[in-house]
Formats: sequence, structure tokens, C-alpha cells
Amino acid sequence: MLHVNGEAFEVRDAAVGESLLFVLRERLGLMGTKGACEQGECGSCTVLIDEQLVCSCLVLAAGAQRQRITTIEGIATETPTDVQRALVDAGAVQCGFCTPGLVVAAHSLLERSPRPSESEIREELSGNVCRCTGYGRIIDAVQRVAVSRASAREVGL
Amino acid sequence: MSVVVATSLADAVAALAAQPHSTVLAGGTDVMVDLNAHHAQLEHVVLVNRVPELCTWRFADGWLEIGAGVTWAQVQRELSRWVPALAEAARTVGSPQIRHAATIGGNLGTCSPAGDGLPVLAALDAVVHLVSSAGERALPVGEFMVGPKRTALRAGELITRVVVPVTTGFQGYAKVGVRNAMVIAVASAALVVDEGTVRLALGSVGPTVLRCPQAEQFATDHLSTGMSDAEVARFAELARDAARPIDDHRATAAYRRHAVGVLAARLMQRAITRGRAS
Repeated sequence: MLHVNGEAFEVRDAAVGESLLFVLRERLGLMGTKGACEQGECGSCTVLIDEQLVCSCLVLAAGAQRQRITTIEGIATETPTDVQRALVDAGAVQCGFCTPGLVVAAHSLLERSPRPSESEIREELSGNVCRCTGYGRIIDAVQRVAVSRASAREVGL
Repeated sequence: MSVVVATSLADAVAALAAQPHSTVLAGGTDVMVDLNAHHAQLEHVVLVNRVPELCTWRFADGWLEIGAGVTWAQVQRELSRWVPALAEAARTVGSPQIRHAATIGGNLGTCSPAGDGLPVLAALDAVVHLVSSAGERALPVGEFMVGPKRTALRAGELITRVVVPVTTGFQGYAKVGVRNAMVIAVASAALVVDEGTVRLALGSVGPTVLRCPQAEQFATDHLSTGMSDAEVARFAELARDAARPIDDHRATAAYRRHAVGVLAARLMQRAITRGRAS
């Protein structure tokens, strides 16, 4: 039994050595979480477990029972989030493969640090590899969100 | 393949007693890589990241006891005032995703020559505590680390905690890799100055982490009078001499030997500057 995005899922027919990434995609059909390196290097499989940012490819699914798992589907529901809109506006989405992991990581970063510096953004997103953009536009997008959330707070929205 | 999800230390010890050749899985950042690549065929796995006794740390009587399941994110966030060099090393472990999962016990258990925490633990004269159904024992980290990915851990034994003295002098960690983040050390060094005694440990330049007795003695003899640039250079030379590097796909032995001397000198300069300031 896995608790994903606030729902309980019975996982059937899984082999005991399967990674959380594999179970999310192949057993539960949650395709937003991407898989690439399966070594924890690329961050495309990033999810939150009990609010902690981790690579789902390095989590043994059998051991993730009774923990709160949040995938990109749990963060971006019907309408795009501010982070997603900013990534589009800044031109930070090209092939898009790294984007779900980046969105999860960026949301987590902004929760913990509402006004991150550029070096903080670079360090906090260092586990998410993007081969298209060169990162400049991604950092730009995160900064845009930080600014717009701050001004929203100022006017009491 | 069988998996035991241990929820207490007693559970974990019992599971290891039942299957002494089990693979202990904590953060998964080493074991899962092998499993995903089908390099490892694991028969029995004991998962220990839900064992509360392993996931806490405490400070008592000048010693810091760090549970084997404490993650590098915790070390980075919570332990910098007690063991600043270990927190510095923590910050260079993988990425935020890796640091939230990977543990100090896993660093010891894997015992890679490049493990970022290991030179710091060696320079701090850390003691590794182990438990099995036969009882507990403790080993100095230098005896625990036997070779590349080889430790003194016996079948059925579990790392429970690592104990380090809290020192008041300078301590620092420095590392060279091919990029700033998400990188395995090509050479690394940890320097600890404890009541006028200097301890230096090197990573990625030998089969396991190396201490440098001659460099340490030289620096201990000269640090109190303030070291000249020539003396720092001599210290770095003695550090280079202590290295036993190899050529591999990450770097040549010659580069590693050079780099580790630069790191040793850089750390010593920081220690001297800190000494002048205080």
C-alpha cells in the first residue's frame, strides 16, 4: 500500500526489488515522474517523501509504505502552478524531460526559502540536470516566482 | 529477494542474525544504483531507514554521537556548530536529493575511497560502533576502513553510530572534482587542529582514506609559532608524500598527488588565518 498525492494505492504484482520510480510509472500509471539515469544523477525522477526531496529511482518501493509521497501530479493538478507558468514564460522549457522534476524541486525550494539568491537556486537545483537550457532561464523563472509571490504577500493576496 | 523493513534496532539485529549475509539498505543511494543496473542480485535486504534509534544524534560530555541513519542533509543543517568540517563535507555530497536520503552509516558501510565524510571522520579520530546478536563493539574509524569498499564489518553486524570528539580549534574539508555539484571527489582533504595537535586525512588518493603522520607531526611542531609560507609548503609536500594515488577514468595519479597537496596547503592557510583572528 502506497500513499501517493493523498490517495492510498494498493500495489499488485510488484516484484520486491522494484524502485519507487518503476512502481509509480509502471504499476500506478503516474507518468509525470520521468526516469533517465536511474543512478540519482539526473533528478528527472524527483518526488517528495514526507516533504523531503528525493530521487524516486533510489527508493525501494517496498520501503516507502506508510510514507507520504508527492509526485508532480500532486503538485500540478488541473491548472498550471506559478512555477510552471514562469518556466514557460521564461523560455525554460525546451525538450521538457527535466521539467517535472524541476517543478517539484523548485516548489520545495520556494517553500523553504521564499527569496532565494541565485547561488542558492543553483545549489538547490543542482540535482536536476537540464541538457537544453543551460540553466539561465530556469533560474530566471524561479526568481520570477519568488518576486511575484512576495508582491502577492505585500498586497495581502 | 526478501525485504525486511526494520522499525526498531532489535528488529534489524534479529533480521541480520537470521540472514547474516543480508544487504543493509539505508538511503539507497549506493545499493539502489547497483540494483537498478542489475549489477547486484540481492537475496536478502534489511531496510534500516525507519529505525528511530539510528536516525538521531546527541551531544554529551564533549562527544557527539551521530546515529548511522542520520542523513547528510541533517548533518549539513543541524551539526555545523559541533563538527563544522563534517557539515562542509555534507554540503558536497551529491545533490539535495541525494543528501536527503544518503546517510553517514552508508558512507562508512560503502567505504568508497572517495566518500566525502570519511576524511573528516578520520581526522576527527571518530569511533564506529557496531552491533550484532553477539553484542556490541567499537572500532576506531581507521581500523574500520580496510580498503576500497572493504570494511571490518562482520556478517550479521550493523553500524549503529559514529562518535566524534567536539573540538574547539580549526577544522575544515576541501575537495577537488570536475564540477561544483553532484561530483565524486578526485582528491579531498580534512584538517583538524585539536588543542595544538594537527590531524590531516586524505580522500581519493589511496585504497582508502589515509592519515598523514609525518605532515601531522611537522605541523604540530610548527603551528604554535605560526607557520611561514615555506613551512606550509613543506606541510603540503609531506601530505603529497603520504598519498598513494592511482590513475583511473577520473584523474591521473600525478594530478591527484598534486591536487591533494594544494588542498592541504589551502586548509592549513585557513587554519593559520583563523588562529590569527582568534
